[in-house]
Amino acid sequence: MTVIDIRIELKKGVADPEGSNTKKTLEALGFKGIESVKTVRIFEVSIDAPADEAKARGEEMCKTLLANPVIQSYGVSVR
Amino acid sequence: MTGAEPRVCVLRMEGTNCEDEMAAAFREVGAAAELVHVKQLSAAAPAHLRRDLEDYDILALPGGFSAGDYVRAGALFAARIKSSAGAALRRFVEAEKPVLGVCNGFQTLVELGLLPAMGDAMPPAPEAALCTNDSGRFECRPTVLRMDNRGSCAFTSGIPRGALLAIPSAHAEGKFASADPDIVERLEDGDQIAFRYVAPGGGPARYPWNPNGSASDIAGICNPAGNVLGMMPHPERAISRFTHADWTRGYSSEDGDGKALFASAMRAVRPRS
Repeated sequence: MTVIDIRIELKKGVADPEGSNTKKTLEALGFKGIESVKTVRIFEVSIDAPADEAKARGEEMCKTLLANPVIQSYGVSVR
Repeated sequence: MTGAEPRVCVLRMEGTNCEDEMAAAFREVGAAAELVHVKQLSAAAPAHLRRDLEDYDILALPGGFSAGDYVRAGALFAARIKSSAGAALRRFVEAEKPVLGVCNGFQTLVELGLLPAMGDAMPPAPEAALCTNDSGRFECRPTVLRMDNRGSCAFTSGIPRGALLAIPSAHAEGKFASADPDIVERLEDGDQIAFRYVAPGGGPARYPWNPNGSASDIAGICNPAGNVLGMMPHPERAISRFTHADWTRGYSSEDGDGKALFASAMRAVRPRS
């Protein structure tokens, strides 16, 4: 079994209110020196396929469903 | 019903809402509206439940939080529609039958690639997105829309250009975004802008009258052919005067401002009536 790790993040310039509100709250709790907080989403897909094929399938999954290319970028790795 | 009424498919799945209001709005203007679960469009549906998009004249995607807004708002609903009836949907759109998506339905139309669809009618990947509101919050409030279409849109033919409509909004992701920096100009040139947010009286809409921060105050857009309309505000919630935000403050019409959209769509499918 191969595990595909898919990381979806917002492209630069796209507002991330969840991240910015979390940053504010962490600061309110006393955490100092926080440069930024951004939210990312990880999907772990277990698949019965060899690693190279799994990576290609993972990229296809991003293109067809998991990422909207207008606002999100994706990274795919397998283990 | 006489059987001659235009047939409306109000498509639903787990998490959609306002589908009853959507069906009621179409019935109010004389259509035969049916709630259809997306599973019923699949070839795997039992024969007595199976529905075919081709049997309908109008398709409506209601609001809500389809599939819990998992992955992205509208993404899973779009994928389910594509996998059940993608080819039929493309034929429906290319036949220029009216398609309306409200709120989550608009998000779904964008995820389907049906809006803005400046090239192919249904490209394989979305060409726009509806991003989180600038406020970072769910915005549920009265909004005022100005009808800005110059004649292409099937849902605005019965609404004078420049008319102001009181139609409520309720969404967390309604800020229209595209990778194309000239998107507003291109939408304008192609007569694809249907509605803009304005302040009461028609002035520029600053927050909260533009509840999400959309560029150029865009509230609703159509495809180049004008048969597909997506909008964040909910016209189906403004069918009667009793759901108009100002109905106790001198609002005189018997109808809510949203009704004209549905009446316009009926004209598009029954041109001579």
